Amino acid sequence: MYGYLLSLLLIVPLVGAAMLLTIPADQVHSARNMRWTALWTSVFTFALSLMLWFGYDQSNADFQFVKKIDLVPGFFNYYLGVDGISVLLILLTTFLMPICIIASWSAIQDRVREYMIAFLVMETLMIGVFCSLDVFLFYVFFEGGLVPMFLIIGVWGGARRVYASFKFFLYTLTGSLLMLLAMLYIVITAGTSDIPTLLTFDFSHTAQTWLWLAFFASFAVKMPMWPVHTWLPDAHVEAPTAGSVILAGVLLKMGGYGFIRFSLPMFPDASHDLAILVFVMSIIAVIYTSLVALVQQDMKKLIAYSSVAHMGFVTIGLFTFNQQGLEGSIFQMLSHGIVSGALFLCVGVVYDRLHTRMIDRYGGLVNIMPQYALVFMVFTMASVGLPGTSGFVGEFLVLVGAYESGSWIAFGAAIGLILGAGYMLWRLYKNVVFGTLEKDDLKGMLDLSPREWGLFAPMIVLVLWMGIYPKPFLDFIEVPVETLITQMERGGTDKATAQRDDSAPAQKAAAR
Amino acid sequence: MIGPVENWTAAWPELLLAGGALLTIVLGVLGTGPKASFGRVTVFVGIVLLAALAALLFVVKGEASAFSDLFVVDAFTSFMKALVLIGSLAALIMMRPFLLSNGLERFEIPLLMLLATIGMCIMVSSGSLLTLYIGLELQSLSLYVLAALDRDSKLSTEAGLKYFVLGAVASGMLLFGSSLIYGFSGTTSFAVLAQELPGLLDGKLPGIGLVFGLVFVLAGLAFKVSAVPFHMWTPDVYEGAPTPVTAFFAGAPKIASMALFIRVIMDALPALEAQWTQVIYAIALLSMVLGSFAAIPQTSIKRLMAYSSIGHVGYALIGLAVGTSEAIAATTFYMAIYMITTIGAFACILAMNTESGSTDKIEDLAGLRKHQPWLALAFACFMLSLLGFPPFAGFFGKLFIFQAAIEANMYWLAVIGALSSAVAAYYYLRIIKIMYFDEADLTILGTKDLPSGLVMLAAALFASPAFVIVWPMLWSSAQAAAAAFS
Repeated sequence: MYGYLLSLLLIVPLVGAAMLLTIPADQVHSARNMRWTALWTSVFTFALSLMLWFGYDQSNADFQFVKKIDLVPGFFNYYLGVDGISVLLILLTTFLMPICIIASWSAIQDRVREYMIAFLVMETLMIGVFCSLDVFLFYVFFEGGLVPMFLIIGVWGGARRVYASFKFFLYTLTGSLLMLLAMLYIVITAGTSDIPTLLTFDFSHTAQTWLWLAFFASFAVKMPMWPVHTWLPDAHVEAPTAGSVILAGVLLKMGGYGFIRFSLPMFPDASHDLAILVFVMSIIAVIYTSLVALVQQDMKKLIAYSSVAHMGFVTIGLFTFNQQGLEGSIFQMLSHGIVSGALFLCVGVVYDRLHTRMIDRYGGLVNIMPQYALVFMVFTMASVGLPGTSGFVGEFLVLVGAYESGSWIAFGAAIGLILGAGYMLWRLYKNVVFGTLEKDDLKGMLDLSPREWGLFAPMIVLVLWMGIYPKPFLDFIEVPVETLITQMERGGTDKATAQRDDSAPAQKAAAR
Repeated sequence: MIGPVENWTAAWPELLLAGGALLTIVLGVLGTGPKASFGRVTVFVGIVLLAALAALLFVVKGEASAFSDLFVVDAFTSFMKALVLIGSLAALIMMRPFLLSNGLERFEIPLLMLLATIGMCIMVSSGSLLTLYIGLELQSLSLYVLAALDRDSKLSTEAGLKYFVLGAVASGMLLFGSSLIYGFSGTTSFAVLAQELPGLLDGKLPGIGLVFGLVFVLAGLAFKVSAVPFHMWTPDVYEGAPTPVTAFFAGAPKIASMALFIRVIMDALPALEAQWTQVIYAIALLSMVLGSFAAIPQTSIKRLMAYSSIGHVGYALIGLAVGTSEAIAATTFYMAIYMITTIGAFACILAMNTESGSTDKIEDLAGLRKHQPWLALAFACFMLSLLGFPPFAGFFGKLFIFQAAIEANMYWLAVIGALSSAVAAYYYLRIIKIMYFDEADLTILGTKDLPSGLVMLAAALFASPAFVIVWPMLWSSAQAAAAAFS
């Protein structure tokens, strides 16, 4: 049964999409039926994915739930499996999907069938990315997600949707094609396309550098890292709310996951050599995009730039190569997935009522929408990294890890934290929620509806759970991260890494 | 190998086609009116093509040569001929409704297609420079006439004339190159050339003369596959010729020319590999880049498809530049996918009928998803496959081509190819954007013709992600076909 679980997770959303095709379009309730079908499909998928949470053996370092069918042996196989990191990312995907569908319940009135199909297909492709153990299968899922997202932005997006969708597609595609060539090289050189085998294959130092750069071209765009982040604000601003949630919540995580799955373990020497490049780019991203976020007028654009800054944290943590930094990065990805998704939903709530995202058009919402103000505050605080919320755990671990790699890195990252508090609290939250209620068209706005509470409640619970008691989540990633560090040291003659490893258990205890 | 009894079995498909062509003439002349004889001849030509396909699959077996090695048969020829016949058959099926509604129902059209198909089969099977030329000219002359078919249209006449003049120059170059090779080696047979060339290359004069001959032959072949810098005819001919004829041009003849290209360099001139690798490297690179950039500003979908075909030939030529058996398999595989996807795309273009006749303007596709959702979906499928997007069919073609390039350490070719396909992504996506994002101001009626609808459906299923079911099988038969060159 467990062998087929991942395949089932891939198929169920597609079955839902096929069912949507059979619903006749011309009846009174057809749009409602389509919404419910999509919702039940995604809820069922989430329930299925919970079996991963309970069935996964946390002490086992191998890939689990493995299913392999040979197609062209040594070149392209159907090969699925998960480790703790992928389990959490799959759960993040399946958790966000029903929320996206509920969020589009009344916002999407046009072409409901196509919209829901695009989301369900997207879900399959995203789950596929996180559980592929074959290089080209990974690529197919990784790239495949572009088309549904292209359509989601282009068909249901805002005024400049065509520009944004093309920019999104072409940026990502260009990076990915270089990655495809690198994948071909590694498969030809190693003679296998199985990721677990490739993880132990030693490439020559020169080859590693080129391969690392080719993979970097793809993951840096997807992440997105400065200076190739410019597609993200455009895509976020134009995408419908649920599209933004998926984009920020899951698609950006594919870049980080790619680093963990390919760049770090397969090219350890190159990763050590080029870590400095990543640190510099990440620190620029953290500081520069935070400053840019400070002067935004558009709420979605502000959150988009904050995403780039938060992803900068993730890349810093990944390239510290130590337990805290890596665990922190992964935790930060999960936390950001939920928090930024929730923040986009918060923007969606007021956008649905007033149809504008300009910060200046709001102000004093706390007077008429106290519940909304509370919800919005929880997620703002989580984004800033207040202790007790999920944001804190990730940022703290990353900072600890970064300090070990170099105090200047931690310093740069910490400046980003301060600026983060600035744009989230001062620029966004204060101007939208606090102050006096002066504008007339705001006065009639209703507070959160039960449907919206239904969206936010599970997310609030999760943010607080991850913030107060992160152990269940960290337990999933502890063993995979240890394995990753061992794989990293295989090529590394780096003294510092060896030293760090000796003192790692003690520090880890301290970090908890 | 000259025996008292000729090995007729090897040439069964060609003999069937040739006999069928003679009968077709009689059948066409006997008709009572143009419309009736057109219908009858179309059906008959279809049957002849099917019979040839059946003969190819069930009668022709293994490796053989006939007529003093002028004509060779092996796994590669069978694979390519099957594609050629399928391509011709599909074009024949798709052209009917268009020709009927545009008053072009002349029985000569299927007849000329049949003659061109014979030429193509001979090209694929040629074992000597002479058969090569006969096949090529039979094909080319039929195609020139087909391009100029719409006599009252200026564009069509211009296309035919342009194609003829430029094609004649290319044939001249090919013939000149062949004569140089014959002059310096003393033979026209591919098999003998392959044996004798290594010895001849040591001498100074024969060596240079043979390289000159090679360059002229390559120029002529590059014209036929429409590779840069011999591509200039393609956009004009694609645009000017009646759409069903363009659909025919884009499919089978490309396959046959590519097969001929492969056969000449791999079978006859392996000794000159160092020379032809450089030439093909350059034309592959230029074709990919030009194909992706030049298609961007096009407003006619037919011109866009012409530039797209130039780009695709560039990708296919990468496999030839590498020149190993595995790389030839990649090219074969790529061409098979390209042909079926292109046929599908043209089936969609042929369905672009409005109330005021058929159109080839890209902007007329606006809002297609609204009034023709299935047509739009199929069209999107073909565009994504041509773009090489996973998991559509075209992706697997590009995957194996890039693999061949990387295996041969031709990294720049692979990198430029990858970046060109990112550029090309723009114009393929633009079509999807116009169909799905824009609002309609014109209603596309689509097609009511069941047979061409079925062709479109079959091609769409092939190009769609359902391809993952077929591709391991198709890839292994492409490998088996290319094993002829190991």
